Amino acid sequence: MPTSETNEFFHGSVGVVQTNIVTFESLTLEGGETITPLEIAYETYGTLNDKKDNAILVCHALSGDAHAAGFHEGDKRPGWWDYYIGPGKAFDTNRYFIISSNVIGGCKGSSGPLSFNGKTGKPFQSTFPFVSIGDMVNAQEKLIRHFGIHKLFAVAGGSMGGMQALQWSVAYPDRLKNCIVMASSSEHSAQQIAFNEVGRQAILSDPNWNQGLYTQEKRPSKGLALARMMGHITYLSDEMMREKFGRKPPKGNIQSTDFAVGSYLIYQGESFVDRFDANSYIYVTKALDHFSLGTGKELTKVLSKVRCRFLVIAYTSDWLYPPYQSEEIVKSLEVNAVPVSFIELNNPAGHDSFLLPSEEQDSILRDFLSATDEGGFF
Amino acid sequence: MNIHTNEALGLDLKNRPDISYIANLIKPGERVLDLGCGYGELMLILKNKGVRVQGIEKDDKCIIQCVKKSLYVHHGDIDDGLKHHLDHSFDFVILNQTIQQTLNPGDIIKECLRIGKQVIIVFPNFSHWQIRTSILLSGKTPVTDLMPFHWYDTPNLHYLSGKDFEDFCEFERIKILHKAFFNRTRQIKLFPNLFATLALFVIRA
Repeated sequence: MPTSETNEFFHGSVGVVQTNIVTFESLTLEGGETITPLEIAYETYGTLNDKKDNAILVCHALSGDAHAAGFHEGDKRPGWWDYYIGPGKAFDTNRYFIISSNVIGGCKGSSGPLSFNGKTGKPFQSTFPFVSIGDMVNAQEKLIRHFGIHKLFAVAGGSMGGMQALQWSVAYPDRLKNCIVMASSSEHSAQQIAFNEVGRQAILSDPNWNQGLYTQEKRPSKGLALARMMGHITYLSDEMMREKFGRKPPKGNIQSTDFAVGSYLIYQGESFVDRFDANSYIYVTKALDHFSLGTGKELTKVLSKVRCRFLVIAYTSDWLYPPYQSEEIVKSLEVNAVPVSFIELNNPAGHDSFLLPSEEQDSILRDFLSATDEGGFF
Repeated sequence: MNIHTNEALGLDLKNRPDISYIANLIKPGERVLDLGCGYGELMLILKNKGVRVQGIEKDDKCIIQCVKKSLYVHHGDIDDGLKHHLDHSFDFVILNQTIQQTLNPGDIIKECLRIGKQVIIVFPNFSHWQIRTSILLSGKTPVTDLMPFHWYDTPNLHYLSGKDFEDFCEFERIKILHKAFFNRTRQIKLFPNLFATLALFVIRA
């Protein structure tokens, strides 16, 4: 593996990595059904220490996967959180053992609609059972136990990853020391469900949909691309779109639009189809929409179980997961006297801000993790 | 640049008599809410003493420094960020040179009295003799060490003296438990409303 000293390209990078798959006997879902066998795709960076107390689980967002940092063989672009994971970075692989796993219900190696159903000899597709955020977390817990880790140093994630982190703190209060929730929410608002519903309806209305039992040759690609275009609008901000595209004419060879923002979205939609499965999109967005720890007093009651320190980060320009939702989580934690720091960063990039490089974000993640050794209220 | 904090003003909080006074009032294990906690210097002193302290601060640069110090801070505005706290859920609520910068000080003090069993409130004393003479002689809004701002760039929205605050407490039937007056280096006991730059009150509902 190239080191940061020998190769400029890999400076501050974990280098070349690969996704592994671990198989467990089964997982019983919250809905009562069982996934047999349970497969989890994961990557790790850094080294687990002898005491096994330096592990950080990073949880990915809707379209993410186990590949959070470094490069796969031949890749030009690194994993989704490479800005923050690596030697000397905020999630310092010289200090911490980072684990990233693909969620169940996804389509990047973990059990999901593309998994093979032993009974029928075909992929499950839309016959795969409903998966919740709680189920995703229970699957991750099996993976953590597989490493012999009892207590995670931290669980961190943005957007859907933030929901998983929050769920971890409630479902396994004694199994994590620190919880980092970024650009997230304790439950989806009607508006967030609405955006996801439009995406799902786009897929459902594709002529190739066939109740989810489509062939890989004839997939509901147009519908999935539309769903992604819709989603992508919500990940950006007005300011960023204005700066990046304005009213400029289309770029490249996409001629079916009059504007640059249109060609950009069409490109995003088309390339998404190559790397994501329409059924998974439906499963994962439904998991998001059904996740609910409540709001107000309800949320305060649920969060009374937590036993870890919290860092909550919101972004002023995030209109998909507006800061008030983060503040709701923070207030409920504060009422429970949970040690929590909350910051609203003024990054212009909208919901996607948590993925992008930012000096403030880097320093706050780094310092929050470093400071933890001195202990908190618990 | 943030000019509204003690760090920026170059004040050494550890040797400040008002800060030691506050630190002596609070016992290890007690819960404290510091409103407008700035860079968290007071919180750090209290935390090192074993006090369970959390803060609220408007400025994101301050929050980043607080996290660096392993302190817990809520990024928000105290003018609208206190409602969720339960009655008497803190042993102390601290308003350390914050109250003169809030929009509705009366409402905030009442809210603090609801949340805290006791409230510690510290503010620049506007009736200090230098301020009095400055207005008298120059006829201009005073610019002093403790309030080093012009009328157009000041974070201070309200100007009050120790006497003003006592009148307020009497009118609102708020009980004053302790009061103390300070300048930069020591406690002032003689004619404090004239000679003190800072006024400190400990009150309860």
